[in-house]
Amino acid sequence: MTRTTRITRTATYTLRSKRRRSALRTVAFLSPWLIGFGVFFAYPLISTIYFSFMKYDGFRPPVPNGLENWTYVFTEYRLFWPALQNTLWLVVVMVGCRVVFGLGVGLLVIRIKSGGRVFRTLFYLPHLAPPVAATLAFVFLLNPGTGPVNSVLETLGLPAPGWFTDPDWSRPALTVLALWGIGDLMVIFMAALLDVPKEQYEAAELDGASAFGKFRHITLPHISPIVLFAVVTGVIQTMQYYTQPLVAGKVASGIIGGSGQQFEPGYPENSTVTLPQLVYDIGFQRFDYGAAAVVALVLFALSMLFTALLMRRRSGLLGPGD
Amino acid sequence: MTASSYGGRPGTAARAARRRAVLHWIAVHALAVAAALFFVLPFVFVLLTSLMSDQQALTRDLVPRTWEWENYTRVLDTPGFLTWWRNTLLYAGLGTVLTVVSSIPVAYALAKFRFRGRRLTMMLVISMMMLPPQVIIIPMYLFWAKELDLAGSLWPLIIPMAFGDAFSVFLLRQFLLTVPDEYLDAARVDGCGEVRTLLRVVLPMAKPGIAAVALFQFFYAWNDYFGPQIYASENPAAWTLSYGLESFKGAHHTDWNLTMAATVLVMAPVILVFFFAQRAFVEGVTLTGVKG
Repeated sequence: MTRTTRITRTATYTLRSKRRRSALRTVAFLSPWLIGFGVFFAYPLISTIYFSFMKYDGFRPPVPNGLENWTYVFTEYRLFWPALQNTLWLVVVMVGCRVVFGLGVGLLVIRIKSGGRVFRTLFYLPHLAPPVAATLAFVFLLNPGTGPVNSVLETLGLPAPGWFTDPDWSRPALTVLALWGIGDLMVIFMAALLDVPKEQYEAAELDGASAFGKFRHITLPHISPIVLFAVVTGVIQTMQYYTQPLVAGKVASGIIGGSGQQFEPGYPENSTVTLPQLVYDIGFQRFDYGAAAVVALVLFALSMLFTALLMRRRSGLLGPGD
Repeated sequence: MTASSYGGRPGTAARAARRRAVLHWIAVHALAVAAALFFVLPFVFVLLTSLMSDQQALTRDLVPRTWEWENYTRVLDTPGFLTWWRNTLLYAGLGTVLTVVSSIPVAYALAKFRFRGRRLTMMLVISMMMLPPQVIIIPMYLFWAKELDLAGSLWPLIIPMAFGDAFSVFLLRQFLLTVPDEYLDAARVDGCGEVRTLLRVVLPMAKPGIAAVALFQFFYAWNDYFGPQIYASENPAAWTLSYGLESFKGAHHTDWNLTMAATVLVMAPVILVFFFAQRAFVEGVTLTGVKG
């Protein structure tokens, strides 16, 4: 063996061991999440698929029953289609209103000269209110009989709707509640709006552009990725929309109580039922884990569809370096 | 003043511009006040109702006739209320510590190590972050309740936080990306291993990011309703504030004044913490949203 080959061989050896060491190091640093991913994502997801083909009530051992759970959910379970319809409604109206209103408040906030910090804080605070507390408060505020909002509306001679007790108004009432918690979007839009180069506005002013023209041709193109981001995250949040519609339905219907009592979600007339509530309803109130698994998988498919949009290079959460 | 002297004077344009600026100022602030009313009035009504008598809370009055401060002591004396506080603090406090400690190394590796499969790992982190908790709840519940017999406690909610929460990993990584590599290289040249570089160099610089993650996680647990509903509902001794609050309304069917007082007591800590940590919040929200 000559001297040179021995040197190259040691070199490749150290290089390889260095690479192996750095791979080990990466795995070590990632290990908490790797375990979490396996135990709290991969395993339960595969299990859910398995349960969706089983008859299982949590007591007797699971029995395979083919596509029965699937046909049950799609054709017989009467809350499934209302839940899907409500989700669609919320995606269009609630997400739309939130993005437009959030952008409006963002545009307003960056123009406030005196007391800007105070206003920003006031606008942000409702976002932090615990959902159960906020929902309770709004059911009370919008209570058709005694709520202050309808008192004010009637004093002004305006129509006073039934809000959470009227199936046509329960979703608009939820939308008002969602608009109240606009703080997160306001902050995101604010940051984006402050990033638009000022020189472009100055140049446009010299050309005599109107305020709307400036917004349309300078602001909007600059912030469009953030608008898209807000829309997509809004849709994903809607797929998870659970606490507010459930608590609103329970409290407005008067059927509450922590344990023991059953509540079929959707009051009034299925107008507030959403997909995540179905998992609880079938799985944990009717003890039909198989059918609940089917709903969970529908929910999963929808969420991941929109998550994929968020991961596209230009518009999303993955940077160019990933 | 004649028309000619009006139009001919130099500085008219400047004056017109100033008048426009004043009008703009007025319009913006009028809108701001209107918006502030929308955001603040619900809090005000809740607060006012919480101080009304039982009978008055059922009327359309907006302002209390007599200020019933003892509504708050009545709420605090309700059996269970203080237990819910303790449980919530345990869930939120312990959960936050576990989340931060377990998420930091993961976020660091994703931000600063180059390795094959990094993009894939990020994609999986984001997928996990966007996963509705209801999707995996059936096997998870069966696992905790049947295999480990921990239903009726908050442990099924706290223990998973020791394994790197996806949202926290994502947020921390966004923050660590802004820490310049030169600092890390300098530490490595000085002979620091990765662990020491992380502890000595990166962590001190990442304090604002860690603060944001801790706050978000704390509020997540504080506000969580679904988790306690699944795991703790059968055992009132394990209820949290969010879950207990709703049943509180059930027990006090008509007492909106007490319900609103309880609502104030659940909201207050959140608002208090926010006033001390505003910057961390705003930074955190911005980091999750803004991406070039």
